[in-house]
Amino acid sequence: MYDVVVIGAGIIGTFITRELSKFDLKTIIIDKENDIANGTTKANSAIVHAGYDAKVGTLKGKLNAKGNAMYAHVCEELDVHFKKIGSFVIATNEEEMDSIKDLYERGCKNNIPDMKILSQEEVREMEPNLSEEIIGALYAPTAGIVSPWELSVALAENAADNGAEIKLETEVLGIEKNEKGYVIHTNNGDIKTKYIFNCAGVYTQEINEMVAPRSFTIHPRRGQYNVLDKGTGSIVNHVIFQAPTKFGKGTLVTPTVHGNLLIGPDAEDLEDKENTSTTSDRIAFIQEKSRKTTTKVPFNKTITSFAGLRAVSNLGDFIIEESKEAKGFINVAGIESPGLSAAPAIAEYAINILEGIIGELNKRKEFNPRRKPVIRFMELTDEEKAEVIKKDPRYGRIICRCENITEGEIVDAIHRNAGGRTVDGIKRRSRPGMGRCQGGFCGPRVMEILARELKMDIKDIVKDNKEAYILTEETKQNKPEEVTA
Amino acid sequence: MLKYDIVVVGGGPAGLAAAIEAKKNGVDNILVIERDRELGGILQQCIHNGFGLHVFKEELTGPEYAEKFIVELKEMGIEYKLDTMVLEIGEERVISAINTEDGFMSIKAGAIILSMGCRERTRGAISIPGYRPAGVFTAGTAQRFVNMEGYMVGKKVVILGSGDIGLIMARRMTLEGAQVLAVAELMPFSGGLTRNIVQCLEDYDIPLYLSHTLMEIKGKDRVEGVVIAEVDKNRKPIKGTEKYYDCDTLLLSVGLIPENEISKNAGIKLDPITSGPIVNESMETSIEGVFACGNVVHVHDLVDFVTAESKRAGKNAARYIKKEIKCEGKIAKTEPGDGIRYIVPHMVRPENVDGTLDLSMRVDNVYKDMNMIVKLNGKEIKRMKKKHLAPGEMESVKIKKEDLVFKEDTVITVHLEKEEA
Repeated sequence: MYDVVVIGAGIIGTFITRELSKFDLKTIIIDKENDIANGTTKANSAIVHAGYDAKVGTLKGKLNAKGNAMYAHVCEELDVHFKKIGSFVIATNEEEMDSIKDLYERGCKNNIPDMKILSQEEVREMEPNLSEEIIGALYAPTAGIVSPWELSVALAENAADNGAEIKLETEVLGIEKNEKGYVIHTNNGDIKTKYIFNCAGVYTQEINEMVAPRSFTIHPRRGQYNVLDKGTGSIVNHVIFQAPTKFGKGTLVTPTVHGNLLIGPDAEDLEDKENTSTTSDRIAFIQEKSRKTTTKVPFNKTITSFAGLRAVSNLGDFIIEESKEAKGFINVAGIESPGLSAAPAIAEYAINILEGIIGELNKRKEFNPRRKPVIRFMELTDEEKAEVIKKDPRYGRIICRCENITEGEIVDAIHRNAGGRTVDGIKRRSRPGMGRCQGGFCGPRVMEILARELKMDIKDIVKDNKEAYILTEETKQNKPEEVTA
Repeated sequence: MLKYDIVVVGGGPAGLAAAIEAKKNGVDNILVIERDRELGGILQQCIHNGFGLHVFKEELTGPEYAEKFIVELKEMGIEYKLDTMVLEIGEERVISAINTEDGFMSIKAGAIILSMGCRERTRGAISIPGYRPAGVFTAGTAQRFVNMEGYMVGKKVVILGSGDIGLIMARRMTLEGAQVLAVAELMPFSGGLTRNIVQCLEDYDIPLYLSHTLMEIKGKDRVEGVVIAEVDKNRKPIKGTEKYYDCDTLLLSVGLIPENEISKNAGIKLDPITSGPIVNESMETSIEGVFACGNVVHVHDLVDFVTAESKRAGKNAARYIKKEIKCEGKIAKTEPGDGIRYIVPHMVRPENVDGTLDLSMRVDNVYKDMNMIVKLNGKEIKRMKKKHLAPGEMESVKIKKEDLVFKEDTVITVHLEKEEA
């Protein structure tokens, strides 16, 4: 019998699980995917918003600013890339200047610190590559960029280090309520628990309706992006948004924590909660839209395109509450933007709800907020590099030529708590294949290392989801000789 | 700090030929650094034949061709380090490199020869829409899996792009029992060698669709199919021409790009057309004492041409060490004229030309019955009749040293002219 089951191992589920691991609770996090962060968390803008955008009085408004303020600390504890680079909302005409002023005022009410409306000259000075058309911008220095899946994996790992369990490839098929709590039926056996956090992203509606009548609906909103090669991120120094107009929110141009450039997203409401495919017309659309911000994006350096789904609720705000019909079942639903930014605060808020139900929780004395630091070889000085290879020669072998990722880093990413077991899982943890060759050279080597370390047949190593097989069979020459009678 | 007269970055065909030639020209203290587990580079995975017709006058496979150079290198006692990666080329030609045995190394080089080869353009680079399932491979990655690792990557295959590796993989996959349904090429002509079109597609009844592009990849986890459509003159898809192929694998053969991250970080000037370093007649880059050769400079279609170019780089690196290269004096620029996409080398110092000046170039379209004309400051110095020209087949021109008489600001141009009937 568990005290708490967290359904969904995205950024929200992992944040809550890590928070739960601070207390004397038997906790497990489950996910239908074969890796942490495999839904919305792996495909979004990776922005930690300052918090001026959310409407005053909403949960989004309250939790975004609070979450933003918590980011630096948690990323430091967990050794995760986070950069507070600040954001601009640019205006190209008077009408857009007005909407920037509105944002500024909203930001003041949401207690966003140090915002400033910049003149055309100030914008040019801070961002020389932006379009000449820009007449001013709202500057929010507290906005930042993060690596969302890196954070989510780190949270899961730290939670596991502190005693929480992780069960992947576990899909919830039904939930039964009884006097003691709940029995969750999964493809991977039944799980008994007293309390449940429903953090299932686009599927929170379906999970909720397993225990209670419909109280909200969730639909997926798809956004598409372009990622450009490393080095291009220096075209801009801040996260650059466009002022919202009656035609929508515009598109953003931002560096990523690893020095790539990211542009997107668009917004397209869909029915299909699995549809993360990209389309040429939408990619062309975001590229065209980005030209309003800057014409200097070198699209010929695009290394990949992707699409992600936001879980949009019909209620227009985050839904973080105990179900009225199902005691001890807490929904954390409708976590669309600024969900990533608010995530640390959402976790705290959610734990408070649990404390409201069961009373004050006992802190675990042995809780360790830090995880074992990650060696990122290329970020070391020459002396440190020499030292690291001396200790473990596997750091002297480069597997990924584009990003210069060593075998040591890949082996480490496999063997940590919440370690990677797929080619993309390793890519998200230590970046081989993230570069311009997109795994062309390192893919076979990463598979070889995965198979060796996990003692698996290389043919069973998948790209990402469990059906994403890569190799079909041995070649004629490599086939074991058939035994004939 | 380790010290060598010449350090060669890359032990593929270019690096091997350059190192051997440098040694033959009197430099003893040479180190070849190779990032893979064996010497020979991509040739090791090219188990088909057709290599060496120019250099050895016989048909060799890739590994056989490589082996000839590897044996020679070893016999000459040239040092090499395998499984070793160059991280950076710093000031004063100091190289930082790592491997598992020596750890972190700083290596001071009298001269450096860059021969890192090239890499393949990927799906991301050409923005193919759809999901991102497994089963999309560059042709070279598939080639490595099949020929070196011993695994098949799929059963029903569509190939996008008609580069040579794609064509060769069409045949290879067929021989391994896979079904290759089609090769689609965006341009109205193939990017591969004619002999590969014949021997790899026609001989196996694999259809080649010119002026076609990939519209979409179906399948979320593994490729389930692809949609291909015809394109108009502006390379835009023509509505209604879409064809669906039920397949589990998509191979991409959509071009190669010289791999110049180390060069770029070292501050070496690159040519935006070739994506390789700007070089002079000695294959020297914009940084003195740093030479480059092979696919890192521009993508070649035959390894024999790589060998020839690399010998030039090796010989000149040796001349540089022996202080036989003159750095002052007049410099001419080469400029592609009508019908020519680029010319290598980009600069010429006539004093340093050894016998003939060899210009390599590619044309920008398929042409028939043309004259290829070389001019020096507008004055014709050479004219050649060409029956057939195609972007997939590199052209070269030899100019005699005595024809290279020029003053300041000289430009050598090559252009195509229709042959009068």
